[in-house]
Amino acid sequence: MDITKEQDGSKLALKLSGKLDTLTSPMLEKVIKEELDGIKDLIIDLGKINYVSSAGLRVCLAAQKHMNAVQGTMVIKDAAPEVYEVFELTGFTDIIKFIK
Amino acid sequence: MSELEVPAAREQLDKVQEFIQNYMEVSGFSMKQQGQVALCVEEIFVNIANYAYLPSKGMARILIAFDKPTGLLKITFIDKGQPYNPLTHKDPDIHASAKDRRIGGLGILLVKRIADEVLYENKDNMNILQVRLQKK
Repeated sequence: MDITKEQDGSKLALKLSGKLDTLTSPMLEKVIKEELDGIKDLIIDLGKINYVSSAGLRVCLAAQKHMNAVQGTMVIKDAAPEVYEVFELTGFTDIIKFIK
Repeated sequence: MSELEVPAAREQLDKVQEFIQNYMEVSGFSMKQQGQVALCVEEIFVNIANYAYLPSKGMARILIAFDKPTGLLKITFIDKGQPYNPLTHKDPDIHASAKDRRIGGLGILLVKRIADEVLYENKDNMNILQVRLQKK
């Protein structure tokens, strides 16, 4: 999995590509833990992600909790139908905002 | 039917996925169903790798069989770790707020939602978990 970062002031967009699974989600977890200082608006772009497992859900939840704690915002962008379905089946679409 | 035996370790996940995906491709499954099965396989195999043999290590056997006349795919996971039936695990509350959301049990919840049937038995000190999916 690759992660491209685009920062504009306190806004950060993370563009992921590939799979977000048990083996690759630690990469995103590292960014969430180490690179969100001063970020008020986070966009996780999943447009080029073709697979997400519960490991990926976990990291997205951690990101959402962090952004909630700093009273910032987070959205997941361009999730493909199969990817969105995984978030939906587990009720994550109730707690994370999805945009196209 | 095809069988694979690997150490029950996260690093083996890609090998397990390749084994499963190859079989499904040859059996003519759609990309969508291959993706759904890959998700079930990851959730189950990673649980075995993380918990079955703690604190020690062990092997996992994965069997896959497709019955063409009925269209039924069966994937069986066998380990000799501590007895554990993941189906008795209480489902996490999928309507809880972000603050109260618990992570445990998400994997098996996904498996239960995706698979047509999930069966467990403990026999001869082996955990035997079988996922069944109808080809679409």
